[in-house]
Amino acid sequence: MAEPELPASQARLAVQLQQAGPIPLDADFHCEPGELLALVGPSGSGKTTLLRAIAGLYRPARGVIHCAGETWFDAEAGRSLRPQQRRVGLVFQDYALFPHLDARANVMVALDHLPAAERGRAAEQWLARVRLDGLAGRLPSELSGGQRQRVALARALARSPRVLLLDEPFSAVDQVTRRRLQRELALLREEIHIPIVLVTHDLDEAAALADRLCVLHAGRSLQQAPAEQLFRRPASPEVARLLDRHNVFTGRVAADDEGRRLQWGPWRLEVAEGLAGLRPGQRVSWYLPPSDVVLHRRGRPSRGERENPVQGQVVEMAVLGGITSVALAFDHCDDTLRFELPTHAARRNGLARGEAVGVSLLADGIHLMPDAPVTHPDR
Amino acid sequence: MDWPALSVSLRLAALTSLLLIPLGLWLGRTLALSRFRGKPLCEALVALPLVMPPTVLGFYLMQSFGQQAPFGAVWASLTGTTLNFTFSGILLASLVTNLPFAVQPIQRAFESIPPNLREAAWCSGLSPGRTLWRIELPLVWPGLVSALALTFAHTLGEFGVILMVGGSIDGETRTLAIAIYDRVQAFDESGAAVMSAMLLLVSFLTIGVVYGLAGRRRWRRG
Repeated sequence: MAEPELPASQARLAVQLQQAGPIPLDADFHCEPGELLALVGPSGSGKTTLLRAIAGLYRPARGVIHCAGETWFDAEAGRSLRPQQRRVGLVFQDYALFPHLDARANVMVALDHLPAAERGRAAEQWLARVRLDGLAGRLPSELSGGQRQRVALARALARSPRVLLLDEPFSAVDQVTRRRLQRELALLREEIHIPIVLVTHDLDEAAALADRLCVLHAGRSLQQAPAEQLFRRPASPEVARLLDRHNVFTGRVAADDEGRRLQWGPWRLEVAEGLAGLRPGQRVSWYLPPSDVVLHRRGRPSRGERENPVQGQVVEMAVLGGITSVALAFDHCDDTLRFELPTHAARRNGLARGEAVGVSLLADGIHLMPDAPVTHPDR
Repeated sequence: MDWPALSVSLRLAALTSLLLIPLGLWLGRTLALSRFRGKPLCEALVALPLVMPPTVLGFYLMQSFGQQAPFGAVWASLTGTTLNFTFSGILLASLVTNLPFAVQPIQRAFESIPPNLREAAWCSGLSPGRTLWRIELPLVWPGLVSALALTFAHTLGEFGVILMVGGSIDGETRTLAIAIYDRVQAFDESGAAVMSAMLLLVSFLTIGVVYGLAGRRRWRRG
């Protein structure tokens, strides 16, 4: 592979790692300078292992890691830079602050490249940037969880790293602190133009902070996309399940005079895109975001009712504050269709368990996932 | 008061501590950080002097120090001296006897350092050597001090092993503890009382100074 020429793409972080065990890995992702990539997946999906591999703390069996125009790791060539040589800023899940050093000295550890006389002042400037001025003399045990996280962030940034790695950095603080720290990270991103990789199991956090998400399962990277695209267009039923998406069903491609349709039980559904590439009779998994389910109002037809109307039976209604979550069951399949609507709308329509209701499945929302193994286009 | 015996005791305790601390640091850290098949066996070997009767340990040491034994023969060919009934002999015996007192507190201290502190230091750019100096050593300091205190105090009080290996040669192998025993055997109870009081005082001062050193830290884990 030729080294990219442009300065911007030279600073990119590119990771391709594979191994069979002890921790299985088959990951392929990249992160541009200034971009925030979130690695998401359930615990044990290899997120932290990948982060450690980037930092040089773990050595996988095969693969390459490029960053900032350098090859940090190349298993075949037997090249693996030590963590000291890679210049990564790593914020550990438990922050890993040195308990015997105060906040200033913790940051100074990462400033060995400066002349001794300048380190103290530089450390205080970094602490000021994470809004910890005045607390430089405190030991980690004298700081709150949020303050410790900031010291860890200052220490990670102090070395002018080429990539910033964040391992579940918000998991050890309360929710109010978490929101504040997340906001600060979003602001900080405007100042640092390096790739940032965030490991989290919190999908909302990933969706709020990251430009793109990389979904991992058992060490395998399944899909990389911006959150909106990922949530509307998961690459496979597996990705949909990992992203906690319901509404995954199976159907068959049907052809009639009007063109191709999706046969789902007794209904022939219109689909906006994706059917053309499939052959009639082919089995296909499909997904519909809950936002693309429209409830038919009693006695008052509304726009869009003509679009893929189906009838089901309400089997579950959960009121969560102003939102009611509804699940519909159908005779022809075991899975339920879930959608949400405002609680007042549910009341007005007299929705109740056991009632039969009609809904429209918007053709634009139906996303087809043919039952083929997921392949990476660039491999 | 047997001043030469006090001098032998103090020299023995100081040299044993001085030689055992670096060895304890290396061995304790290695046992704490590495995982290998024979590790439980190594740990058992290190701990063995704790559970053996001093006379049994002393007997085996005496046997292996003899010129017929391989170890004693090698020592004799290298140095031209023998080990039994010499200061070198009781020093070597003392090193073996005190190994667990030096290694175990240091090993526990290294084990209690979270592994990611070392990794955080590497990611901050510290070499393994500087990580040891700036991060690990300050964190194991209390364990180190306790190893020093235990080794020093235990050497001062050691009796059985020293008697088996060194006998009671004035100014060479007779420690204060052995001198006290000799005095009692000779029905000189007032002499024994003075020396016992001296040993008590020296032991108390040593432990006091050492624990004072260990207590001088502001941080705690949190």
